[in-house]
Amino acid sequence: MKRWTGIVVPLMIMAGWEVAAILISNPFILPRLGTIVEVLMRPADDLLGTGSLLYNAWRSVQRVGLGFLVAALIGIPCGIAMGRYRWLNQLMDTTLQALRPIPPLAWVPLALAWFRIGLTSIVFIIFIGAFFPILINTIDGVKSVKKTWMEVALTLGTSEFRLLTKVILPGAAPIVWTGLRLGFGIAWMTVVAAEMLPGTISGLGYLIMYAYNFGQVNVIIAGMVVIGLIGIAIDLIFKQGEKVWFGWRSLER
Amino acid sequence: MKLRITDLTKSFTLEDGNTIEALGPLNLEVSDGEFVCILGPSGCGKTTLLRIIGGLERPTSGTISLNSATIEGPNPSMAMIFQEYSLFPWRSVLDNVAFGLEVRGLPKEERHRIARKYIELVGLSGFEANKPYELSGGMRQRVAVARALAIEPKVLLMDEPFGAIDAQARNKMQRELLQIWEKTRKTVLFVTHSVDEAVYLADRIVILTRRPGRIKEIVPVPHHHPRERTEPSFVEIRRYVLRQITEESEIGTPH
Repeated sequence: MKRWTGIVVPLMIMAGWEVAAILISNPFILPRLGTIVEVLMRPADDLLGTGSLLYNAWRSVQRVGLGFLVAALIGIPCGIAMGRYRWLNQLMDTTLQALRPIPPLAWVPLALAWFRIGLTSIVFIIFIGAFFPILINTIDGVKSVKKTWMEVALTLGTSEFRLLTKVILPGAAPIVWTGLRLGFGIAWMTVVAAEMLPGTISGLGYLIMYAYNFGQVNVIIAGMVVIGLIGIAIDLIFKQGEKVWFGWRSLER
Repeated sequence: MKLRITDLTKSFTLEDGNTIEALGPLNLEVSDGEFVCILGPSGCGKTTLLRIIGGLERPTSGTISLNSATIEGPNPSMAMIFQEYSLFPWRSVLDNVAFGLEVRGLPKEERHRIARKYIELVGLSGFEANKPYELSGGMRQRVAVARALAIEPKVLLMDEPFGAIDAQARNKMQRELLQIWEKTRKTVLFVTHSVDEAVYLADRIVILTRRPGRIKEIVPVPHHHPRERTEPSFVEIRRYVLRQITEESEIGTPH
């Protein structure tokens, strides 16, 4: 029963939409649902010469994956070091707090100046979006590792390196995972925005911006739906992983 | 195998620059296979003493030696058992018990074989695959005991291991610990704030003074195991020890 309640509001919105679309009768403002569904039903067909929905979605996913990977590869080790060594955390804290509130898109002009138009710029901007949630959650995760766990490990003869791999990493993993999930969410939002910038010629952000130039509102909305669906799907994967691997965290007494 | 504590002191420096004398000077010898309880008023530094012996803290002065070899830092001949929440919640019972062997690089089969032996010793056969959160407090402490025993230490350091367990389970754990001790003949240093527990378990009870903790008295308990808590001579020792502790906690309090 509960699973069904979530679908009520979307259905009502769609019904209201359809009614409004018929009344307004202008596809440049509010296209009929049918025309949007038509686009969604043929995801492999070329749209306005920009490639298909699937192709553009795949390009966006690739870019976000790349930027996210770089953010995780840098953010997790930095987070571990900062969570482990207080002096390092104190040294870096002010800088991080100052950089963190700057939105990823504010970095666009600099990114273009440094890396020119192209993949590197986009990946850099996604990196900025994903980096801070990953870093900050990793720091928190490492700090949350119980002192007793580490002391037990030490008295059982654990070396500094094994302490890291056998206690700190698994102990911090659930919170690091949360950081990855949040980071990916922000990265996904960022990639779409970044693809609207001049110089890009593919991706979901590019597709909906390009469709705007042609007044193809149904394509814009279809693109937005795909952006939303991919976002949900990836979030679900992260949540499932949390349940499977880190169930101990919520069950621990 | 003799554990020797010589002229041990510990002081802490506070943030305002003042120094607190926490412990000692303190001298103690524990012989091989002996069960010694360390008892004292709260804040007397008994846990600190155990942590220093276990190598988790450094003494301000003095030495610890095992068979006349000085001990600094965690040592493979000692294993520590903490009050609670010391199991790794992401590991199964088997992998918790095998942890100390794993970090020493024992191959999986070998360490699991040894771990199973100790899981059986603490009476948890059949729970190898369970996660710690699926076990009761008493069972979890048995896992902790098995994990400590698995590295085959000479000395077990126990820091109020049954402090967080309810009274009934606690009595049962005490009986079982004695059985395990009789089977393995480890030297045990057991910190507790319970007079009853100390008199029930120990060969000797080391009573510490209030801070800075020094040895006030060492009370031998000549009774054989298993001990009967209602037996007059047991009650007698218990009353005596309780009086020493009460005396110690009341000195200097404004009443």
